[in-house]
Amino acid sequence: MSAAPETRRPKKRRGGLNPLQTLRVALRAIWRNKMRSFLTTLGIIIGVAAVIAMMAIGAGAKAQVEAAFAAMGTNLLIIQSGSTSSGGVRGGSGSQPTLTWDDLAAIRTEVNTVKAAAPQLRSNQSIVGEDANWTTGVIGTSPEYFEIRSWPIALGSAFTQSDLDGGSKVVILGQTVVDRVFGPNTDPVGHSVRIGGKPFEVIGVAAKKGQSAQGQDYDDTAFIPMTTFAQNIQGGLTKYLSGQIYVAATSSDATSRAQKDITSLLRDRHRIGMRAEDDFSIRNLSEIAGAQAEGADTMTSLLASVAAVSLLVGGIGIMNIMLVSVTERTREIGIRMAIGAKPRNILLQFLIEALALSMAGGFLGVALGVGVAQYLATRFKWPTLVQPDVILASVAFSAFVGVVFGMYPARKASRLDPIDALRFE
Amino acid sequence: MKIYVTGDVEVRALAGVSLSIEAGEFVAIMGSSGSGKSTLMNILGCLDRPTSGKYILAGEEVSRMDRDELAEVRNEVLGFVFQNFNLLARTSAIENVELPLVYQGVGSAERERRAKRALERVSLGSRLDHTPAQLSGGQQQRVAIARALVGDPKVILADEPTGNLDSRTSIEVMALFQELGRAGITIVLVTHEPDIAEYATRVIVVKDGRILTDARREQKVAVVPPLPASAVDAAVAITGASAGHPTPDKGHAT
Repeated sequence: MSAAPETRRPKKRRGGLNPLQTLRVALRAIWRNKMRSFLTTLGIIIGVAAVIAMMAIGAGAKAQVEAAFAAMGTNLLIIQSGSTSSGGVRGGSGSQPTLTWDDLAAIRTEVNTVKAAAPQLRSNQSIVGEDANWTTGVIGTSPEYFEIRSWPIALGSAFTQSDLDGGSKVVILGQTVVDRVFGPNTDPVGHSVRIGGKPFEVIGVAAKKGQSAQGQDYDDTAFIPMTTFAQNIQGGLTKYLSGQIYVAATSSDATSRAQKDITSLLRDRHRIGMRAEDDFSIRNLSEIAGAQAEGADTMTSLLASVAAVSLLVGGIGIMNIMLVSVTERTREIGIRMAIGAKPRNILLQFLIEALALSMAGGFLGVALGVGVAQYLATRFKWPTLVQPDVILASVAFSAFVGVVFGMYPARKASRLDPIDALRFE
Repeated sequence: MKIYVTGDVEVRALAGVSLSIEAGEFVAIMGSSGSGKSTLMNILGCLDRPTSGKYILAGEEVSRMDRDELAEVRNEVLGFVFQNFNLLARTSAIENVELPLVYQGVGSAERERRAKRALERVSLGSRLDHTPAQLSGGQQQRVAIARALVGDPKVILADEPTGNLDSRTSIEVMALFQELGRAGITIVLVTHEPDIAEYATRVIVVKDGRILTDARREQKVAVVPPLPASAVDAAVAITGASAGHPTPDKGHAT
């Protein structure tokens, strides 16, 4: 048939229809089957919520481990004397101090990866106040100690170099000692206590640090200048430093480097031969922390991959319902095609519908997951940490699931023959 | 020529059909079921392509177009009216009418304006927000006609448009088609009712895939009889029913 020889229809390639319009159609189709849509997205909701909650639990555990080690001091190295025997040359190892005050001075000045170093001399002493007394570990140290252990002074101030030089009888108390000797919520600064029978002036209170991962109370302690400690508790200064040296590296990356530098410095100073073992030991806390954090990471990824499987199952649910939807709406597809919808318009319509379903599931899942994490945190005091990048990744993954599992039904719809589709009952 | 293949059997649904329809004609295609009139309609409607032979519509050969191009032709040059109305369920009249414009990429404000005008043209200006379920059969068919009209088509193809309507409503619909024909739109109507074919200016009878007769005739003017006193709206009779003519399952042969 030829219609009258009118002007040729101008060939025009249209940009297609407005994506917003397509989205509206898709949302309306979803809204029409509210219950079905909700049940379909439930798979995605549970999957995303599980991922979020699992990751929050994992990240929280990791953060707790890291915080526990950060409480001990970041970039921390602890040097201990004589804990290793040197092949029987020296008689009693361990009890024999090998670190000297000069070693400390050398570590401070000669190793450029070391930010600060301080001694830790420790002895259990009774601290006697006016009304109460308490026995605790008294530490003799230098002012750098508080920086090395990232342990600020909450009240009053730390002792100074001149306290150190003059051997002043001043003390900084841990919070637990304050509570025991002076009572809770009191300010002991300016008061006096007796340690080893001698009067000390309280000049500060160390900030509350809490418990170590092993449950040890960090705050059950007191600090006095190392010179005072040597004179009044150890009974005089000796050549040897009968305690530990706490070292802060310049950064956490420099910790291992500092460990190597200090090892070679001390071996050199102690004149240890090539084959002989160290007569000291260095503990690297960041390494231990790293290993524990790695353990937490492994746990997290294990939990998250189990949760991701449920997301996949959710995707299959979406594919299933989209296939049902395409069959149910075969006639609608036929009508749309007859009046001018191109295959790609139909494809996009169903793809966007699948995407909207899965994204809605993603957002609801995020809300549920964050809620569950909060609930665990408040109800069971689990340390949970919701990370924003995990939220982004789960929403992106649910969108990906929607596209992947929506593609097959959408293609099926777009390839329908309009005549067959119109005849479909 | 159109050949359908079912298993090993070739069905020549149309063979040796040569037909030319001028702009502004009102053509009725008649034939019994299995005569090939539905196949002819599908080819004319760019829903299907002939196995061999040419189809030139408005100066363009559409018989070799791909699916996208055919969709554009259906969208811009043609308008469809079906026996069972084929409106989107649970969707308002105005939104049904807007649909062809949606696929043209027309903005929503203009879409609404043109859809409203098309519905007013079929005297449904007061029923814009009714869904098909809230409309009588005749009203649904008028919505479908408005949908066919809204894109300013050159040709309207109507496949048994009165098949599900009572006789009074049928005449109303035919009157509407005649009015559109006077406005310059070519109308091709498939029917098996001789009294409906009478409203056309030309009647083509198809039998066994061939054109049996092709005659121009004097058009009978559709006059809607006055409403019987008892019925407030006579057009509530038949809704939603559908009946298609059985056609063999097909696979395309090229």
